[in-house]
Amino acid sequence: MSDTTELLRFATAGSVDDGKSTLIGRLLYDTKSLFDDQWDAVETVSRARGDEYTDLALLTDGLRAEREQGITIDVAYRYFATPRRKFIIADTPGHIQYTRNMVTGASTADLALILVDARKGLVEQSRRHAFLCSLLRVPHLVLCVNKMDLVDYSQEVFDRIAAEFTAFATKLDIPDLTIIPISALEGDNVVSRSPRMAWYEGTSLLHHLENVHIASDRNLVDVRFPVQYVIRPHSNSNHDYRGYAGQVASGVMKPGDEVMVLPSGFTTTIASIETADGPVAEAFPPMSVTVRLTDELDVSRGDLICRPNNRPEVAQDVEAMICWMDEKQPLQRGRKYAIAHTTRSARTMVKELHYRLDVNTLHRDEGADSLTLNEIGRVRLRTTLPLLCDEYRRNRATGGFIIIDEATNRTVGAGIVVEAA
Amino acid sequence: MTSPDYRVSHLDALESESVFIFREVVATCARPVLLFSGGKDSIVMLHLAAKAFAPAPIPFPVLHVDTGHNFPEVLDFRDAYVSRLGVELLVASVEEGINSGLVTEPPDGVRNRIQTPVLLDAVEKYRFDALFGGARRDEEKARAKERVFSFRDEFGQWDPKNQRPELWSLYNGRTHPGESIRVFPLSNWTELDIWNYIAAQRVELPSIYFAHSREVVERDGMLYGVNEFIRLRDDETSETRTVRYRTVGDASCTAAVPSEAATIAEVIAEVAATRVTERGATRGDDRVSEAAMEDRKREGYF
Repeated sequence: MSDTTELLRFATAGSVDDGKSTLIGRLLYDTKSLFDDQWDAVETVSRARGDEYTDLALLTDGLRAEREQGITIDVAYRYFATPRRKFIIADTPGHIQYTRNMVTGASTADLALILVDARKGLVEQSRRHAFLCSLLRVPHLVLCVNKMDLVDYSQEVFDRIAAEFTAFATKLDIPDLTIIPISALEGDNVVSRSPRMAWYEGTSLLHHLENVHIASDRNLVDVRFPVQYVIRPHSNSNHDYRGYAGQVASGVMKPGDEVMVLPSGFTTTIASIETADGPVAEAFPPMSVTVRLTDELDVSRGDLICRPNNRPEVAQDVEAMICWMDEKQPLQRGRKYAIAHTTRSARTMVKELHYRLDVNTLHRDEGADSLTLNEIGRVRLRTTLPLLCDEYRRNRATGGFIIIDEATNRTVGAGIVVEAA
Repeated sequence: MTSPDYRVSHLDALESESVFIFREVVATCARPVLLFSGGKDSIVMLHLAAKAFAPAPIPFPVLHVDTGHNFPEVLDFRDAYVSRLGVELLVASVEEGINSGLVTEPPDGVRNRIQTPVLLDAVEKYRFDALFGGARRDEEKARAKERVFSFRDEFGQWDPKNQRPELWSLYNGRTHPGESIRVFPLSNWTELDIWNYIAAQRVELPSIYFAHSREVVERDGMLYGVNEFIRLRDDETSETRTVRYRTVGDASCTAAVPSEAATIAEVIAEVAATRVTERGATRGDDRVSEAAMEDRKREGYF
């Protein structure tokens, strides 16, 4: 690994029997990211349970309840690396809490990997996975048609599934789709191209993961710098120092740029952009930096620095899609919550619930009066303070928010801005 | 960090994420503290904290839960490091906890598990609402499912089935009085990332991380340094070997590994080639059961 190794985050989704754990186990094993003691522990538990083969799911199912019940409860994070890239896998379970976990994993993913069993073809869940990936704007989608060994590596089977999925995907907004025939168990097309599927002209899964172009997925156009924290050293040597710390959400910032601070609307210029290692000539996502401005303005956490001619919406009325994540209380019209968006917090009221979306059929139920756990719906929110936001489809960092129950402090919902006014 | 096509290396991306996490906690929580063991992960954490708030000093204290079973090299390092950074050091002593009756010395003398009540006692005393810990998700399977902001109830307990969903970089650190958040800025780092970062940033470490000559005894397949906490049993013999420590914990349950790696570059080469996880190779405490770490975490362990 070198200084130029890139980071790629991907989310995996699949149902219990489609071989997802086997695939992850193989990626870890073949890239030497799985250690002997981890392997031994899995073998020991498998043998003790009387499994016929070593159950690689045990690698990712770490909690006692998961092992006892043979289910996966929560998103598990796994890590592996090749000389080209370091990978973070958000491995989401296929059944319990499915939507909540998938939305969580997809929110930060550069790529999503969906598995289907070649013998079964697309199932309801595959369509649901694809829909959620498109809703969360995951830039790259990979469909792995797994268990090709069980259909005699048949091109016909693969072509049929690929055509069906492609037809479905065109109805969604999926920027980049790749379909790969694999056998996770046998290793075909996982790390290297398989001679048993000479008819397949694409690359292996790992080759794709290593080479898919992600640098341009970031929004480098719209400068958005949510102020996270104000650094004021209060020391004699830095008496007048005032720096605005934060992570660049999008765009490229340079010293000398004319900028506007929202919501106040004052304009000034960037005096310098600093890090602990010294000043930098440019800042872009996902850099954490400290911005210093030429003029002394009253800027605090929750404000946002942008360009005067390219600003986010400053809105108290927001149209959004919400995924509800709380099992205790449903989302209801008229209820008030806390909302966290970029580095800004406010209170919000659900003014309208326009419809609930059936994630399997995409049918809109306009008669719905609540959203319960794992349900998705379109709402209109009114906030106590203006949000400085963009449409999520244009900017994932300034278009996403979470809803928090003010009494319990639980994160009860995730939302994406569809339209702000 | 800059390059013509705006690429960011994975280490820079990890650093940036960790810096963001530190700033987020300080901006939203009332009384944060950093749990410092003198191990490499807590040293890297402190290094990142210093970077997050420069040129201002680190705006929170450091807490060492001291089992009384220390490597002297590590204590010396701790004191020199915190004094150089100008950060306040608080010590919660397990020894004092035993003397005051807060905890009872286990028959085997291993104080790992009784650290938890001592830690929780300090949290209550100082009313900390956010505790930075150096745990990484690649370390252990129960940790693989833990959030970056991990909620603890008023008993300090972790409930793995009831975790707050964590989306984008929106972290929910809200607590009621008495509750707290454990925050893990190194969640997405691996052991190799830590070492590559130590090399890139020239982070200083205690000497026991590098190959040295030490009197050791082989016990349960692991090499323990012979010291005042690990004494030879009747049927055991010690030998002098060239070893280093891969992790630094309680001196009574942390083992060394045979190693000739005397420099950071040699350690990186060794870590890259190793076939055993660091906890598996060095921690007697994780060998108790399949879910040893999960059980300790539920009780409020680091």
